[in-house]
Amino acid sequence: MSPLAIETRKLGRIYKIRGNKKEKNVRKELAALSDVGIQIEQGELFGLLGPNGAGKTTLIKILTTLLAPSTGEAFVAGYNVLNEPQHVRPRINMVSGGESSGYGLLTVRENLWMFSQFYGMPSREANQRIVDLLKLVGLGDRINTKSSDLSTGLRQKMNIVRGFMTDPEVLFLDEPTLGLDVGASRDVRHLIRGWLDDDKKRTLLLTTHYMVEAEELCDRVAIINQGRVLACDSPSVLKRRLQEDILFEIKTSPLNGLSAQAIEDLPEVHTASLTEMEDGALLKLALVEESALGPVINALTDKNITIMSLNKHEHSLEDVFVQLVGHSIAEAEKGSQDE
Amino acid sequence: MLNLHKSEFWRSFRVATWLGWQIESNWADPLLFVIYSIVKPLASASILVVMYGIITNSNFQNPLFPYIYLGNAFYIYVGAVMGGVSWAVIDDREHYKTLKYMYVAPIKIPVYLLGRGVARFLTGSISVFITILAGVVFLKVPIVLQQINWPLFFLSLLIGIVMLAMMGLLLGSITLLLVHHSFGIAEGVAGALYLFSGAIFPLEVLPAWLRPVGFAMPITYWLELLRRSLVGNVAQAFPTLAGFSNLDLFGILVVLSVAFGILAIYAFRWCDYRARERGLIDRVTNY
Ligand SMILES: Nc1ncnc2c1ncn2[C@@H]1O[C@H](COP(=O)(O)OP(=O)(O)O)[C@@H](O)[C@H]1O
Ligand SMILES: [Mg+2]
Repeated sequence: MSPLAIETRKLGRIYKIRGNKKEKNVRKELAALSDVGIQIEQGELFGLLGPNGAGKTTLIKILTTLLAPSTGEAFVAGYNVLNEPQHVRPRINMVSGGESSGYGLLTVRENLWMFSQFYGMPSREANQRIVDLLKLVGLGDRINTKSSDLSTGLRQKMNIVRGFMTDPEVLFLDEPTLGLDVGASRDVRHLIRGWLDDDKKRTLLLTTHYMVEAEELCDRVAIINQGRVLACDSPSVLKRRLQEDILFEIKTSPLNGLSAQAIEDLPEVHTASLTEMEDGALLKLALVEESALGPVINALTDKNITIMSLNKHEHSLEDVFVQLVGHSIAEAEKGSQDE
Repeated sequence: MLNLHKSEFWRSFRVATWLGWQIESNWADPLLFVIYSIVKPLASASILVVMYGIITNSNFQNPLFPYIYLGNAFYIYVGAVMGGVSWAVIDDREHYKTLKYMYVAPIKIPVYLLGRGVARFLTGSISVFITILAGVVFLKVPIVLQQINWPLFFLSLLIGIVMLAMMGLLLGSITLLLVHHSFGIAEGVAGALYLFSGAIFPLEVLPAWLRPVGFAMPITYWLELLRRSLVGNVAQAFPTLAGFSNLDLFGILVVLSVAFGILAIYAFRWCDYRARERGLIDRVTNY
C-alpha cells in the first residue's frame, strides 16, 4: 500500500559540454544516465555500485531535486522530484562525501543546530540528537570546536551527522566513506546499519565504488556503469546468478591412477580438472549440487587418496562486476583517468 | 514532524538572519571591523569631499554639497544590502559549499537569501551613521535634529531596505546562472547604479538618453526622500525631482519597489528552474 520510497522510470540525464578553446562552438553531449529504472522499497538499504564517472552522483542529484532529468521521471516518497520538490525536500536529506562543506566560523554544534532549525526541529530535541550522534561517530569531544579546525575526515563525519540528525524518510549518502580512514569508515557503516535497523520505515540510498562496502552493507545493489544499470538485486542473488556451479578446490596426495574423466562421470559433477603437483595433485570441481561432493570424496578414499585441504570458492561482487562490465572496477577507474 | 509549511517562511528568514549575523560579526580582529565599517566609508567620503572642494572652489555652503554627501552616505546601503543578498549565493556555493544542502532543506531559498542580507543592513547602518556624523561635525552638513522629518525618514528607510533586498534577490537569481566570473556582478551593478540614481549628481548631468534609467530606478526616489527627510528644503531646491511632493515620491518609491519585488520573485523562479536544469546549484568554479 505504501508507495515506493524511490522510483525512477526510464530516467536519463544528458550534460551539454562546451568544447575547449580550439573547438569552442562544438557542443558535445554526454549521457551521464540512460534509461534508469529502479524501484526501492521503504526500509531498504540500497547501494549504487559503480566506478568513478558511472553516473551515481548524477542520479543522487536528480533524486534530491538539485538537478532536472533530461528524460523520464523520478519519484521520492511518492512525489515527483522535478515538479514537487516542496514535498520531497521535507522528507529527505543528503550528504556527499569527499568534500569539506560547512561554515568554518561556526562550531560543530552551531553548524548542525542551524540545519536542524531549517528542518523545523525543536531546538532542545535537536541539541540532544546532535550530542548523541556526534558521540556515535566519535566526535563527541569536538562539539564546540570551530569546524574550520577539523580535519577533512572529521568535517565529513560532521556532515554525515547532519544527514542523520533530521531523521529523514529517505536519506541519500553519496560516497559516505570516501576519503575516511578504516576506523572512521567502520563507524559510519555502523551508524548506517543501526539507523536503518532502528526503524523499518527508514530508507537509505548510498553510492560507493567500494565492492566490500556494497556487499557487506546493502540489502540490494544496483551495478551501474557508464550511466546504465546493468544488474539490480541482493548481493547474494547477484553472486548466485553469476554462475550456477559450485566450485571446490581439493588438494590431495598422489592420484594412484585416478583420472579426471572418472570423476566427471560421477552424477552432478559438471567439470573436473586435475593438475599434478610435486607432492600430490590439485582437483578443481564444478558441481551442479553441493551434495555431489560426497561421492567425489568417496571415490578418492576408495583409491586410498588422502585429502590435504578442501576449499569452497566464494564469488564476490567483484566477480559479478567483472562479468557484467568485462573488467574490474579498479581497471574501469584507471581507464577513466587516462582519458 | 510535518508541520513544516506554515512556518517555513519565518524559519528560513530567522535562521538565515542568524547565520548572516554570525558571518558578518565574525570580526576575529576588531581592527578589521574598524577598517571595514568605519575607515573605508570615511575614506571614500573624503575623496568625494576633496573632489567637490576642488571643483566648486570649496563652496560647501551650496545645497549641492549636502545633496552629494548624503546621497553617497546612504548609497552604502545599496552595496551592503543588495550586494549582501546576491553575494550569499556565491558565498554558499563557492566558499562554504553548502548551497546544495540549503536547497535540499525544506526552506524557501529566496527568503533565506533575503535573510542573509539583513545582517549586512545592520553593519551597513554603522557605516552610514558614522559617515553622516562626520559630515555634520566636520563639514557642516546642515542637519538639525529638530527639523528632521522622522516618520518620513524611517518609513522611507524601511521601504528602501526591502526594495534593496529585492533588487539583491534579482541579482542573486542571475548569479545562480553565472558560474564563471560571477564574483564581480554585485559590485558592478552597484557601481553602475551609483551613476544612474542621482546619488552624487542630479540626473540632469546625464545625457538625455540615459536619464530614463535613473527615473526607472527606485533608488533614485529613495535617496531623494532620505535627503528631504533629513535636510528638508535644501534638497527640494534641486531641479530633478523638485516638482514632486514628498507624497508623490513616496508613492513612486512604493510602486517601483513592488514592481521590482515581483520581478525579482519571477526572476528567481525562472533562474532557479534553469539552474536545476543545467546542474548549477552545486557547481564550483574550477581555477
Ligand atoms: N555538471 C556536469 N557537466 C558535464 N558533465 C558532467 C557534469 N557532472 C557530471 N558530469 C559527467 O557525467 C558523468 C557521470 O558523473 P557522476 O554522476 O559524477 O559520476 P559518479 O558519481 O558515478 O562518479 C561523468 O562522465 C562526468 O564527467
Ligand atoms: Mg560521484
